[in-house]
Order: sequence, then C-alpha cells, then structure tokens
Amino acid sequence: MANLRLDNVTKRFGRVEAVKRLALDIRDGEFFCVLGPPGAGKTTTLRLIVGLERPDEGTVYIDGEPVNDVHPGRRDIAMVFQNLALYPDKTVFDNIAYPLRERGMSKQEIERQVTAVAKKLYIDQLLQRKPAKLSGGERQRVAIGRAIVRQPRAYLMDEPLANLDALLRLEMRVELKRLQGELGQTLVYVTHDQVEAMSMADRIAVLNLGVLQQCDPPDAIYNLPANRFVATAVGSPPTNFIPAEVRPQDGGLAIRHPAFTLSAEGSRHPLRLALESRGDLTAPVLVGVRPEDVRVAVSSSDAYCVPAQVSVIEPLGGETIVDLRLGPDLIKAVVPPTQRLEESRPVWLAFEAGRMHLFDSASGARLYSTSQLGELACRGHENP
Amino acid sequence: MASIRLEKLRKEFGELVAVEGLDLKVADGQFAALLGPSGCGKTTTMNMIAGLEVPTSGDVYFDERRMTDVPPGKRGVGFVFQNYAIFTHMSVYENLGFGLKVRGCPEAEMRRQVAKIAELLQIGPMLPMNAGRLSVNDMQKVALGRSMITNPGIFLLDEPFSNLDAAFRAYMRGELKRIQREVKQTMVYVTHDQIEAMSMADQIAVMSCGQLYQSGTPDEVYNRPVNIFVARFIGSPNMNFVRCTYQAEDGRGFLAQKNGDARLPVDDRRRRLLEERRGSPDLILGIRPEHLHVHPQETPATLWRGVAYAMEPLGPKTIVHVQVGRDVVQVIAPADYRPRVGEPQALAFDLEYMHIFDGSSQDVIR
Repeated sequence: MANLRLDNVTKRFGRVEAVKRLALDIRDGEFFCVLGPPGAGKTTTLRLIVGLERPDEGTVYIDGEPVNDVHPGRRDIAMVFQNLALYPDKTVFDNIAYPLRERGMSKQEIERQVTAVAKKLYIDQLLQRKPAKLSGGERQRVAIGRAIVRQPRAYLMDEPLANLDALLRLEMRVELKRLQGELGQTLVYVTHDQVEAMSMADRIAVLNLGVLQQCDPPDAIYNLPANRFVATAVGSPPTNFIPAEVRPQDGGLAIRHPAFTLSAEGSRHPLRLALESRGDLTAPVLVGVRPEDVRVAVSSSDAYCVPAQVSVIEPLGGETIVDLRLGPDLIKAVVPPTQRLEESRPVWLAFEAGRMHLFDSASGARLYSTSQLGELACRGHENP
Repeated sequence: MASIRLEKLRKEFGELVAVEGLDLKVADGQFAALLGPSGCGKTTTMNMIAGLEVPTSGDVYFDERRMTDVPPGKRGVGFVFQNYAIFTHMSVYENLGFGLKVRGCPEAEMRRQVAKIAELLQIGPMLPMNAGRLSVNDMQKVALGRSMITNPGIFLLDEPFSNLDAAFRAYMRGELKRIQREVKQTMVYVTHDQIEAMSMADQIAVMSCGQLYQSGTPDEVYNRPVNIFVARFIGSPNMNFVRCTYQAEDGRGFLAQKNGDARLPVDDRRRRLLEERRGSPDLILGIRPEHLHVHPQETPATLWRGVAYAMEPLGPKTIVHVQVGRDVVQVIAPADYRPRVGEPQALAFDLEYMHIFDGSSQDVIR
C-alpha cells in the first residue's frame, strides 16, 4: 500500500529551480505518469520521492508519514533507472536475488521467489545468463524483476522503455500495464513519450520547467487541456492554434479570423464571462482545434464553409495528414486514407463544433471549451 | 537538379557486407526515403551517393553521368546531418550566406538569396541573431537553409530531425515536404522512422541487413508489402501476424489458426492461389489493426471470438488487444470503447485487406 504525496516541494540546483512548489497526490495502486520534455523536472521528482534528493522547501509524504529525513534505503520504494544498472558479472538469477540476499532470506525461499518473478516476466529461461548476453528488452525485464522481487510499497520507473527499439517498446508497454494491474502496487512512471503516458496511465501529471501544468486522467488531459502547453504535449499531430480577434457583434461576441468567424449571441453568453475573466474582454485569443477534428471537403456547403488551400499531403497509410493554408495561417487536418485530395487546390473545412477551445494568446490558459460551455456558430468568409 | 541511379552498389567492410548489390532509381525532383532499422545499410548507401564512401563494386550515376570516381566536393551534393553543424559564432545571416560567400557571390545577390531562403524557412526575424543562441529546432532550420542556398542538384539528409521534440518533428515533416515541392530539389532522406518516410517521400526504399526489400510509393509499401519485414516495419500500430495453415472443406477454403481453433474463410481467388502454389504449408495471415473491428457481442459479421487482453486509450481512438486462442491481435476501436481485461470480444474482418505470407520464406503470397 502506498499513497505518495508531494506538498509544495521546491528543489534548486544552484540558481535553477528544477521543481517549483510541486503538489502531487498519488493514490495507492495508481499507474501515475509524469510527462514532460527534457528539463521539465520529471527525474528530479522521482529522485525526491525515492530520497536521492532532499527538498529545499516542502515535504514528501509516504502513507501520511513525512519522509524528508528518511534515508532512501528505508523508504521501501524500488526504482528502475533508465540505464538499468544491472550487475554485469552476476547472472540474471543473482541480479534479481540480490535484494533478497541482503535481507537474509533462506536459499529455498529466494529460489522460489526469483523463479516466480522471472516467470511473470518471461525470462525464466534466462536465469543463468549474464547481462552482456541478453537483448535490450531482456535486460529491461531483469531490471524490473529486481524491483518487483522486493515487494516494495511503490515502484518508480524513469523512462524504462526509452532505449528499446520501436517494436519492443510497443510490446513492453502492454506487458507493463498488465503487470502493474496484477501486482496492484503504486507505479510512478516518468516519460517524455505522450503515447506511452496516454496508453498506460490512470492519471498523468504534465510538467514544464519544473511547474505542474495539469494532473488528470488521460481523457481529461486530451479533451480539456489546462493550457496551450498541455494541448501541445499530447496528441500527434499536435493541436492547431489559430490566432483570432475578439470583437463585439450585434450585442454578442465574434471571434474573428480572416477565413472564418465564430459567434456567440446575446449579452449573457458564457463566452463573455470566460473572456472577461482575463480582465480584458477583447484581448487576442487562439482557437484550438485538434487535426482529427478538422474535416475537409472539395466543395462548399452549409457545413463545409471555411475556405482553405491544400499545401502538402502526408499519407501515413492508416490515415492522411493534410497541411492547409487557412488565410495567413498553416494548420493540419487528419482525414481517412481513402479521401483523395490534391496539393495546391482549394478546399472547404468544417470544425467539429463540440471539440473546439479558446486559449488566451498571452498566457496560454484555456478560457472556453465548446464541449463544456456550448457550441459557437461558425461562418466562413469568401475571400480571406 | 539531378536524377540518381544506383547500379548493383555493394559495400564491404572486411567480412561484413554492409550493402548488398543495391539497384535504385530516384527521378529528378523526387523525394526518396531510405528507411530501415539501425545497421540496415541506409547511411552507408547515402555515403556512397555522396562520395564519402567508395563502393566495393557497382556504380553511382547522377543524370546518367558516372560519379563513382568523383570526389564528394565535386558532386554538387548538399548535406544536412543529425547534429546540425552550423557556425555557432556567426549570425544566422552569415550562416545562411556562407556557401555563397565562399563561392565569391556579390553582396547584393547574397542578401537577396538569404532573404528568400529565410522566408521559405520562416526564420526571417532571426537573421541578425547569433546562431549559437537559437533553440535546437531553429538551429536545424538554419542548417537546412545553409545547405539549400547553394542549390545543390541533390540533397542528402541523414535523420535530421531525430534530436528534435515530437511536436516540432511533426511540424517539420510538413514544412520540409512543402519546401521540397517549391524548390523541386532531388532529396534522399535517411531515417528509421516510418512516419517520416510515409509522410514526406514520393518513393520509399525499405532496407534491412544491407538488402533493399522493396521500393515504392507510400501507398504501395503500406498496402502491398512484398514480405513480412516490410509489412511489419511500415504502419503504426503494427500489422497483426497469425500463424495458419490452409484447409479445404466442402469446396471452400479456410485459413486455420495454428495456435488455436479460429478459422477464416478465403475467397475463390485466394483459394485457387493457395491450392495451386508450391511452397511451405506454413502460412502467416497479416491484417492491420484498422481492418479489424471489435464488438462486445457477436454480430452477423463476427468471424473470430476472443477476450480482451489489454486496452490502450490513445485520445482519438483506443487500441484493444484481443486474445484469440494463444495469439493476441490489436484492433483499433473508437475512443469511447473501453472493455475490461477478460471481457469477451467478437472480431469482424475487412477481408479484402488481408495479406497471406509464406511462413518459411516470409514473402507475400497475397
């Protein structure tokens, strides 16, 4: 059982604040991912939990107990490092058995436990080999086995799949998720790969430059990103951000772009309140829409009313990415592989009305989502 | 601009055969990708095109002129490498203009060309900045521009985006393709990332262990792979492979799963193909996750039954891993389909997208 909590933890290295007033509450049994680019503070976060770093401010709690002064060896947390750190001149068996021998366990019991763990990880045929004779994936599983056999309160893993080739990464992702489900222990998993985080996590904490951007289940991170950074951090190709102006229109509001206008009618539309909350109603905004929520047609209609031009087409096989010129801006759409479009031709777009966001241009904060506060009418302009 | 022809190009390093008798044609103005895992010979091939490696045998032709003995500096080839190699003590303007300056280009002309390249790459505002202060993303753009400005007949790029973050890589794929279309430069792009090859290239040459397995358009290598290696390497998530044998019953043909009891009916065309061929009785069925459909209950279209083994929500869609007998196949499902592990699943097939491979040679039967 382990609930792990960081209470406003700050860690500095010289003048750099690697982690700034970080508050995380990781639930018992959760598969918790920490996602961010290099330098975001993910590894520092792990090292603070395991005890290899001490907070400069704030407290780390394990199961309600403050552990700032507790030695890493006493926290009962197992860590799997990116470079695995296997003992090169010990066999797989001895590598996994090491922590048990340290506890003074009997030979038979060690044999039983190591074999059981090896079977779970499909490395039971490799127990007599040494790390040099193992593939990358096999070594990875030995490192994980060495952590599991300790039956710790929680596991921490730092980009454990980063050094594996693409195919093996995909396989191991599924296996790790299954394993965590079976073991039922808390797992804190650091990665820069958003597909990994999305596919495995119960919740994702998105970090940037030491600051927590959002902590939510994958669906919420994907569909209701807190800000521009989070909206870009998950999903590929990333969210389109289309600069637009806010203008009063017939008692209501218009979000104006050269190629289209989004309208909110009436003086009490929730959009007004959302935009006013910034202090400046008409400050510029970014219309955020994911490429898979942009539909493309070769002729105009009521629904497909936003004029654009195809720049280039990127066929990925299972889907096609279309690069589009929208007025002065460049956006991407994802269309089915069967849709035939030609480069440099005019097309008409429809945005998925229930999946659009507005972000504040200056701060990047998400101000409005049509899924939460209502759709906005979209009108295309003939000559952008 | 120039066309490229490689004729039986071979490179040995002692006993190691890095590239084995490669034949390849790249048309003038075409974007070609050399795609394969590390160690497949793609970089060695590129180096032979550039003249940085001398072939053990075989020839390199540019516009049908034999280049094999021409030193790299005289081949008119531009490069972009993974580690961007720009002059960090010079401004962006000086970096971009360097190739022209070295060739004695007059100042006014140089200014014009630099402005044009900067606009193409959308780095105009950065011209006066010191190149060493740029982000790695922008540095790579400068590296691209610095090579492009001398208008080489052929442009060679070796995994230029692999050090850049995912969002920028997605952006640069579209940008590079757009730029290539505008300047119509012949490009040879080396990568291990199939998304890069698929999204940008007109022609993809898939390599492994020094051999060229297949060269074709993205549509060809995706929908008509010649063997299991190509079929597995292209497309993400990967194609599913299931070991089978052929069974005939009452005038109809079936693929019978080896690791279980599942069976798949084959149409007349395939039945004839499978009954008339010589070759291993071991077959491998290949079908992409997007050509399988999963439901919690059986429908008239159901062909296989299994249980949910794992579930990966990916945002716009979900990947469901279904265990059928002792095989596990991946299926793409809508974003809101979230089965629990162990729940029964019914699978339907888009049979026209199925591939059949020889289990021994690994070649496609179709």
